Amino acid sequence: MGPGSSAFAQAPPPPLPYVVADDGIPEPLTGAPGDAVRGRAIVANRQAGLCLLCHSGPIPEERFQGTLAPDLGGAGSRWSAAQLRLRLVDGRQLNPTTIMPSYYRVQGLVRVGAAWQARTLLTAQQIEDVVAYLLTLRAPRQ
Amino acid sequence: MSPSTQAMQKDDSQNPAMLWVQDGEALWNRAVGKSEKSCAGCHGAAPAAMRGVAARYPAYDAAAQRPVNLAGRINLCRTRHQQAEPLAAESQELLGIEAYVAFQSRGLPIVVATDPALAPLRERGRKFYQQRIGQLDLACAQCHDDNAGKRLGGSVIPQAHPTGYPIYRLEWQGMGSLQRRLRNCLTGVRAESFPFGAQELVELELYLFARAAGMLIETPAVRP
Ligand code: HEC
Ligand code: HEC
Repeated sequence: MGPGSSAFAQAPPPPLPYVVADDGIPEPLTGAPGDAVRGRAIVANRQAGLCLLCHSGPIPEERFQGTLAPDLGGAGSRWSAAQLRLRLVDGRQLNPTTIMPSYYRVQGLVRVGAAWQARTLLTAQQIEDVVAYLLTLRAPRQ
Repeated sequence: MSPSTQAMQKDDSQNPAMLWVQDGEALWNRAVGKSEKSCAGCHGAAPAAMRGVAARYPAYDAAAQRPVNLAGRINLCRTRHQQAEPLAAESQELLGIEAYVAFQSRGLPIVVATDPALAPLRERGRKFYQQRIGQLDLACAQCHDDNAGKRLGGSVIPQAHPTGYPIYRLEWQGMGSLQRRLRNCLTGVRAESFPFGAQELVELELYLFARAAGMLIETPAVRP
């Protein structure tokens, strides 16, 4: 199977609508609650989350973590679920120049490869799983 | 680059890319095509004839009305002058001749060609370099200008200088052209790539060479 062969498979449904309030998305994107264990696996996976290409984080079994972005440790103490959700879904809305990809956006992209067209980087459920995992990352108490 | 990779590049007897340079020298002198002429048959000895050429490429080819990189020029010489088939992109032969020709410029500074036909093409290359692309929505400049030196996973992000091509890349276990490298970065951000030889890639090369003006050619380089 060539790399582009899945491109002609049925395009996935477009991203679900969501409502931004202040600097977050208060309502979960799906009915099913996020699963932190699955979320951790997504963050650790270099083909799925890609997070560790840029970030470091408390995932010691993954060597070669990136230095382009802040450490994910303590993210759950710094941010609420709503704030984390918007940062994953489309951080551009907060910082238009960020290099962090928008994980739940298909609009406004240029020259997307055929295999990835009209596909969000993560599904709605995966976003919820990653949010659930990030919320478990608490800063150690002083 | 790690000290061991640098050492491998510096010492010609350790540098695996020198095998391609040697192959290229043999091909330079081999008669091919209906013309039964070798490159040397027209140009003479490469150390004199090809000195400085790679440092001022890509160039504008008026007859074809398009910019050509060094590999493109080699294939134009084959079809126009040697009446031979063009060599396939990334073939051992093409990489060999290209490495041998570029090797004749080793240590010479990159000079920006002043041909006015090239200026708008170079500008298109610059625009593309700064344009966010692909599913990851990242521009070349965001990694190579804004974040060079930092680590993307296990790789240190280099400054995207085209000084060493064709290179021997340890990850490839072989030789590759600048366009191969550019196509890797394009698919890295999940953008639709361009075929080898596409004008868009040559335009990017034009910009990368202008951006590296004054830097010394180091072909054949070794990369991790
Ligand atoms: C291409 C680089 C890149 C990738 C991939 C990436 N990020 Fe980020 N991320 C950043 C940068 C840079 C920031 C810093 C803030 C900014 O630029 O807006 C950031 C900020 C964040 C923040 C808030 C910063 C804080 O204080 O903790 C969180 C949480 C986060 N990222 C999580 C993730 C997760 C989870 C993934 C993967 C699903 C991911 N990021 C993938 C570059 C990246
Ligand atoms: C997400 C980061 C990223 C983006 C975006 C990116 N690159 Fe790269 N590039 C790299 C890394 C990392 C390397 C080092 C080799 C490797 O590990 O793959 C590299 C290597 C290179 C090199 C080789 C430099 C050398 O010393 O041999 C060139 C040239 C280059 N990139 C050009 C580009 C161009 C042109 C674009 C846009 C089409 C681009 N890159 C987009 C990360 C990136």
